[in-house]
Amino acid sequence: MSYVGEIVHGIRTLLTGMAVTGKYFFRARKEIITQQYPDNRDQLRMFERFRGEVVMPHNENNEHRCTGCQACEIACPNGSIEIIWDRKVDEKTGKKKKYIVKHIYHLSMCTMCNLCIIACPTDAIKMAQNFENSVYDRSYLTKVLNKPGSKLMDGIDE
Amino acid sequence: MEEVKQITLHPQGRTEEYFINMGPQHPATHGVLRLLLTLDGEIIKRVDPDLGYIHRSIEKMTEHDTYRQIVHLTDRMDYLSAHINNEAVCLVVEKALELEVPDRVKVVRTILAELTRIASHLLWWGVTGMDIGALTTFMYAFRDREMINDIMEENCGARLTMNYNVPGGLMWDIHPNFQRRVKAFIKHFKTKLPEFDRLLSDNIIFRKRTEGIGVLSAEDAISFGVTGPAARASGVSCDIRKKQPYSAYDRVEFKEILDTRGDTFARYKVRIHEMWESLHIIEQLIDNIPEGDYQVKTNAVIKLPKGEYYQRVETARGELGVYVVSDGKKSPYRMKFRSPGFSNLSVIDHVARGYKVADLVAIMATFDFVIPDIDR
Repeated sequence: MSYVGEIVHGIRTLLTGMAVTGKYFFRARKEIITQQYPDNRDQLRMFERFRGEVVMPHNENNEHRCTGCQACEIACPNGSIEIIWDRKVDEKTGKKKKYIVKHIYHLSMCTMCNLCIIACPTDAIKMAQNFENSVYDRSYLTKVLNKPGSKLMDGIDE
Repeated sequence: MEEVKQITLHPQGRTEEYFINMGPQHPATHGVLRLLLTLDGEIIKRVDPDLGYIHRSIEKMTEHDTYRQIVHLTDRMDYLSAHINNEAVCLVVEKALELEVPDRVKVVRTILAELTRIASHLLWWGVTGMDIGALTTFMYAFRDREMINDIMEENCGARLTMNYNVPGGLMWDIHPNFQRRVKAFIKHFKTKLPEFDRLLSDNIIFRKRTEGIGVLSAEDAISFGVTGPAARASGVSCDIRKKQPYSAYDRVEFKEILDTRGDTFARYKVRIHEMWESLHIIEQLIDNIPEGDYQVKTNAVIKLPKGEYYQRVETARGELGVYVVSDGKKSPYRMKFRSPGFSNLSVIDHVARGYKVADLVAIMATFDFVIPDIDR
């Protein structure tokens, strides 16, 4: 290619690229994909399968579904879940029954792999859609999932 | 008249070789990789990669984990082909257990793997432009990649570390919106991909920076163990999807993209064409997802029979091999990952010699290194 020809070719290719960006410059309003994140917090809905953190749902009587079987603790690849449990006499049957004292969850170690949720036989834990997990101290990331004074829901056995 | 003393820095007209460190914190290495460059002026004489800055001993960790738990570790190796890495581990476990997964699983895995490949190549396209100096490409690539990330998030539950595969199938069935969203993406992306060519591929500055730079011959590619698009740009036919079809690749029709030039531009072109082929594969499968179970029932504790098992898959970067030695217990005796990044990095010294430092950035960009994949 001659010297002049190369200059002309160069300018033409540059303009072709500029035409693409120019197109978006003039019709920018039609294709806005940016989300105004901190401002749109109220409307923001994550997908239902999104894995944010492990939570234990409680019903209105402060009851949960966790029997303390420790399946989630065994399934967890990185030791994020620790269960402190004990046995006490069940008033109805008179037998000793396992119950959880504390279901401790280390969010700082969790990789959101979802294996604990799959392992749980009673659907006691689930993944929440919350993703804003920043705190000022690492110790805040160690959470006790069962609420104080909560007990096992009726009709759920190991 | 007094004599003027002539000062010459290098009496014989020689220049002196010197070292510089490129990385571990350098934007063009895309992670913590340190390259020790021996330079003569601006000409590269030697490149010594120094690894290990993000070594997390994933191979050792697998020896303490069960086969279900291993899958999520592989997300963190080549995080841009996370789904394909997961698939590799699941395939090797299924191979050892002689488990036949349903057709539905195979097809969904293939669709997701190809979406992952497009997402990975999109990110690569964006940062390649950025490495060479075209900042616009990054924004365009991320706009389209966002659609794939949304599909992944809705279907798998996470945007990058999907962990959607489990030994024996998938974690959940596909989301009801999955097919609709993938079709919308294909329609959208088909109009955008030609724009990529107009924006960057034909650009004169980009061409001058890439054509004839970092030439890798087919013989060298084979002897260094280079795989993936980097080897195919040199004319080495090495696509595992063609050579040893796994999942649903034996029932789709697609071309293996080959180029013979072996330079930086050829590697660029191969990846662009691969995106078209991936779209073609997804198009064939998306309407034909067979009905059936999404998982085969496996034992609560998976124990592989004694022996050695190997499975290789084609990630976005090349051949990923998973080698398992099992002694019959619930975790492997030894697990070795043959990662594409590590082998591809070994050729960088050979390819970059004689070129300038700025060319090394372009060469590195088209080899598409993911540093956690190299170190593991």
